[in-house]
Amino acid sequence: MNISSLSELPVGRISEVLRLNTSGPMRRRLMDIGLIPNTRVECLGRSPSGDPSAYMIRGAVIALRREDASTVIIKKI
Amino acid sequence: MGLTKSSSGAGVLSEIFGRKAASKNEFVVALAGNPNVGKSTLFNSLTGMNRHTGNWPGKTVDIACGSCRRNGMDYSFVDLPGTYSLMTHSAEEEVARGFICFASPDVTLVVCDATCLERNLNLALQIIEMSPRVVIAVNLMDEAEKKGLSVDCALLSSMLGVKAVPISARKKRNITELFRALEKADMHRADIVRYPTEIERAVAMIEPDIKYLLPEELSPRWVALRLLEDDGKTISEIEENIGVNLSGDSALSSSLLRAKEYLASCRMTGEVFHDAIVSSVVRTAERTASKVISIKKQDYDALDRKIDSVITSKPFAYPLMLLLLGFILWLSITGANYPSRLLSNVLFGFEDVLAGVFHSLNAPQWLTGLLVFGMYRVLAWVVSVMLPPMAIFFPLFTLLEDVGYLPRIAYNLDGFFKKCDACGKQALTACMGLGCNAAGVVGCRVIDSPRERLMALLTNCFIPCNGKFPTIIALISMFFVPHGNFLSSVLPTLMLTGAILLGITMMFAATKLLSKTILKGIPSSFTLELPPYRRPEVGKVIVRSVFDRTLFVLARAAAVAAPAGMVIWLMANTELGGVSLLNICSSFLDPFAKLMGLDGVILMAFILGFPANEIVVPIIIMAYMAGGTITEAASIMEMKALFVQNGWTWVTALCTMLFSLMHWPCSTTLLTIKKETGSLKWACISVLLPTSFGVISCILVSSICKMFI
Repeated sequence: MNISSLSELPVGRISEVLRLNTSGPMRRRLMDIGLIPNTRVECLGRSPSGDPSAYMIRGAVIALRREDASTVIIKKI
Repeated sequence: MGLTKSSSGAGVLSEIFGRKAASKNEFVVALAGNPNVGKSTLFNSLTGMNRHTGNWPGKTVDIACGSCRRNGMDYSFVDLPGTYSLMTHSAEEEVARGFICFASPDVTLVVCDATCLERNLNLALQIIEMSPRVVIAVNLMDEAEKKGLSVDCALLSSMLGVKAVPISARKKRNITELFRALEKADMHRADIVRYPTEIERAVAMIEPDIKYLLPEELSPRWVALRLLEDDGKTISEIEENIGVNLSGDSALSSSLLRAKEYLASCRMTGEVFHDAIVSSVVRTAERTASKVISIKKQDYDALDRKIDSVITSKPFAYPLMLLLLGFILWLSITGANYPSRLLSNVLFGFEDVLAGVFHSLNAPQWLTGLLVFGMYRVLAWVVSVMLPPMAIFFPLFTLLEDVGYLPRIAYNLDGFFKKCDACGKQALTACMGLGCNAAGVVGCRVIDSPRERLMALLTNCFIPCNGKFPTIIALISMFFVPHGNFLSSVLPTLMLTGAILLGITMMFAATKLLSKTILKGIPSSFTLELPPYRRPEVGKVIVRSVFDRTLFVLARAAAVAAPAGMVIWLMANTELGGVSLLNICSSFLDPFAKLMGLDGVILMAFILGFPANEIVVPIIIMAYMAGGTITEAASIMEMKALFVQNGWTWVTALCTMLFSLMHWPCSTTLLTIKKETGSLKWACISVLLPTSFGVISCILVSSICKMFI
């Protein structure tokens, strides 16, 4: 099973965005930071408090909380 | 934004900044860009110290305006809040969008970070679409080169249809060229971002009907897209500011209806439409960036990742933060000792001169007392106690901000904030609160969710600000530190760090309490950018933080301390039936204060210290001495002797420290809270919340201690 959500992506692994499972302002914001289909995302690390995690998205490092990252459906590569 | 309909360009500046426009020929440039791209550095190097600003300067939360003269032209630069996008409705995006669209700047200058261009182009493309004249400054070219990235600005210019100038703001490289581009900026194409054919067709259907309704400064294409998108909020902003009735125009209404029917027939509505708009911008940014950037080193960000892997790692993150906090406090305390003494010698020495002058002018006794021993003395105390630690603390804080460490603090602590159903960015406002709570309160604007913003705002004064440090340190040195060994230099810092940690814990507790009671709700989603690390410019940081923050906060404290000094003097010297007003009030408060482990004088001092926390200890000394005025900074041991004479024990000191940590916000902070929330109710809650925490913990601690002694 290579399809899961961004929150389940292990640190150091790269994935590709398939779709977003959310609507409204958050969908807008996630797309705004560049999470549109076929975008490559790498998980760089997790906060020492366990959440959020840092992701490399289009050359920028962005931290997302688990709830939000779980709405991003990805394909591991 | 609430601009009047007639205002534009230079006229708007006079309206926003309350100054008169230099001339009709003034050339107005709006500075836009992502946060942390050196926009403020550029602004400062272009305008120097010549600027006007509304609120907390130094950080571009409010908009700042500065001017300069170049080649015989008067330029005004307006520093807009840093934003990543202009498509959502956060307060900062609304301010930036409002200014770009409705204040009709002559040019909008978009500052981009060469090391992170694709992300920055997202905003640049949106601005190109809405504003007719745009210049792009690709900043941090030197940083990019160091990382092995190069940006082809000529190609970027031709791809975007607007001039892109490579610059280095900190090294002032290419600034002449930037000015030339600003002067030459002309109307450009608004359709760099191409949307799916269906959307383009719909735009073409309504654009002609919009065009003649709008002034030249507003792009009809952009307005057409907002209409098709049903973005009601932006549309009413447009109608309000431009003074047109878009929804009432019959030609437009019918073509809009047709266009929407067409889009519906292609299933290009709602979310699908939104998605198409956003993805088109993102894809255009991607395509553009991939053409203009050449990467020589694949792992150009390896160093940043390595640093992150240490300072956000489980074993090191928290110890490092603690160490840093302790170090900054230690430096502020020990470094401030000598200059503080020097300043107080000079300032109090001048007091005698001043009194002499008053005497030689035959001024009445009460006037000398009121102005010299009341107002001047309190002022001198506040300046000598406050200035040195601030002059050390603020540059250090600005340095951390410049390097890019602050967002990492928010990242490390977000888990705890999430447990309180709050936003991780509250960590940033708490850090600011260490410097000044009023600044922290204004800083809460970075939090988008109104509920989370209120929680951050109401709990900010649990973080002890600079002004509370002297009180806490004085009490620590008097009652908890053995004198004469090396511990006496380190222990105060350790205990102050402990006090701040207690404040932070209480902030979390209060936040949790709010989220379980009056501010119930689930945490809203948020995204936090961790920007690339930058080497700070130490020289500029010092100048900027001293001028922007230190002197600003000091001036504000002085402005409230002066009248407070007079009130205190009056209270101490007005007698009713042989007893001074100050004594009457403090005996009245005494029974309740005793319950809290304090005494009437201490509680009275906190009440009189409402304008500035710095003057609490001086008022206590003054009341005990019954001299009627604040005394000079006597030695710590003399102060302790005085306090002990008046019945202090270490429990009194502990309770005073607790209450100093948790009581009502100072007058400036309270006014700021009132202004930021726009409601008396929240201002009252911001007083009640920390005060009740303080009263309860003082009563608890003093009764527990009494049981054991």
